[in-house]
Amino acid sequence: MAIRVNGTEVASPDDARVSLLDHLREGLHLTGTKVGCNQGACGACTVLLDGQRVLSCLTLAVQADGREVTTIEGLAEGDGLHPLQGAFIEHDGFQCGYCTPGQICAASAMLRELAEGVPSYVTADLAQERILLSREEIRERMSGNLCRCGAHNGIVDAIFQVATEKAA
Amino acid sequence: MNPVSYQRASSLTEAVRMAGTSRLLGGGTNLVDLMRKGVERPSLLTDVTALSAAIEETEAGGLLIGAAARNSSVAAHPLVRTRYPMLSRAILAGASAQVRNMATVGGNLMQRTRCLYFADVAGSRCNKREPGSGCDAAGGFNRYHAIVGASSACTATHPSDMCVALAALDASVRIVGPAGERTVPLVDFHRLPSDRPELETVLEPGEVIEAVEIPASPFAARSGYRKVRDRASYAFALVSVAAELTLREGRIDEIRIAFGGIAPKPWRAYRAEAALRGSGPSGEAFLAAAALELADAAPLAGNAFKIELAKRTLGAVLTDLTGDDR
Ligand SMILES: Cc1cc2nc3c(=O)[nH]c(=O)nc-3n(C[C@H](O)[C@H](O)[C@H](O)COP(=O)(O)OP(=O)(O)OC[C@H]3O[C@@H](n4cnc5c(N)ncnc54)[C@H](O)[C@@H]3O)c2cc1C
Ligand code: FES
Ligand code: FES
Repeated sequence: MAIRVNGTEVASPDDARVSLLDHLREGLHLTGTKVGCNQGACGACTVLLDGQRVLSCLTLAVQADGREVTTIEGLAEGDGLHPLQGAFIEHDGFQCGYCTPGQICAASAMLRELAEGVPSYVTADLAQERILLSREEIRERMSGNLCRCGAHNGIVDAIFQVATEKAA
Repeated sequence: MNPVSYQRASSLTEAVRMAGTSRLLGGGTNLVDLMRKGVERPSLLTDVTALSAAIEETEAGGLLIGAAARNSSVAAHPLVRTRYPMLSRAILAGASAQVRNMATVGGNLMQRTRCLYFADVAGSRCNKREPGSGCDAAGGFNRYHAIVGASSACTATHPSDMCVALAALDASVRIVGPAGERTVPLVDFHRLPSDRPELETVLEPGEVIEAVEIPASPFAARSGYRKVRDRASYAFALVSVAAELTLREGRIDEIRIAFGGIAPKPWRAYRAEAALRGSGPSGEAFLAAAALELADAAPLAGNAFKIELAKRTLGAVLTDLTGDDR
């Protein structure tokens, strides 16, 4: 069996204990995805699995067999920046940058969820099909990604900008 | 982590056949974490995410949710959002978007406690992890622990938000095993610890959760889930309340209430419900009903605050649900 990582087929590890996170970093040398807590609590290891944001530290690599993984290295098309990457630079959405790949992968999936009308805990009326964009919505939807440098205000501004440009 | 092998079940029959000799794996958000910590040591995993993930109406007007449905899919489903908004809200109150995308309904039901001593293999005693070894939570950090339903052996809470809503919704769990199929009310699915805290549910070895069934509900308009925690998001509950009711001629007609965060299992508040049925909605009535429900509460050194917090949270939720703007 094989996993598709950023469009390329790679073998899954023989040892079923290997997490998708370790497989990406140690096996494939895709070190953009970061190890934070290694227990689901920080979001630094966020990648997209068949387009959905997931935690690669709590995913066994064998669970990704036959599926498509997108990491920060595969998010932008070509050599240019992904709009979120540009917005993070513009709005100081990071200091040390350790949480940033996870933040940006999570945010890219979050923008799609917003567009699809997926509700959050702070969505007032769950029956409504269109989500009213607000900073509160972004904060709640991004709560799975911690930033120990405290760049959250810049992160929210960056995502807000890309979300409004997208909607326009 | 111990060496482990991995296989996938392609059907329910196959899953039941494999269940007897292996550990089932849903999204892995709880099991993989506990394996890494050495709390769980399976040698063979059976991935059950290919079981039914369907969310469909039953003939009786209820909803059947396959065990492999992801928590995020359930919360975002149009039928859940419109008919059981309390369930959507409860799921969305739990974990993060990433975890909800991974977590399955079966795994959510079966997830284990977040008691720190349970997770600390190297340094702590825990009767749930190692029966008879003792409990370090009793004299330790027990802010998150139970105030009702616990025992001297164990005061750990069940951490699920989803299950609290399901308890209030009168949901039931469809189970399949070598001997056939059976259905258990969700409120009877989890066990209280007594002197056997390692037994957490009525699921027998070799049995597989197939689906969760929710009956039709007339409550959607007046239902809600509220979670109180140490930070605004991405934290387990200190106290949570799921409640739904109907009013008739200004009085409470039907009402169902469940608490999370205060007990070893989702805590259906039958006593409070009985006290409120037929009564006029008022802040005093709500607090009196909550006090009745928690009359036997036995708090530990670090969590006596939960009694007052649970009362006020129930009061706030019911005040909101009985308001004129509903
Ligand atoms: C950082 C973090 C924060 C969290 N915060 C919250 C929170 O605030 N609120 C909340 O409610 N939850 C929270 N969770 C817990 C999360 O909801 C659970 O981990 C998740 O629901 C488990 O589902 P899973 O599919 O990943 O289960 P797995 O980890 O795959 O499995 C868990 C258990 O279920 C068993 N199992 C799985 N499927 C079946 C089946 N079909 N039949 C029988 N047994 C089965 C497995 O054998 C295993 O014992 C959090 C988790 C993390 C990591
Ligand atoms: S490293 Fe995966 S959530 Fe922290
Ligand atoms: S930029 Fe340093 S952790 Fe977020």
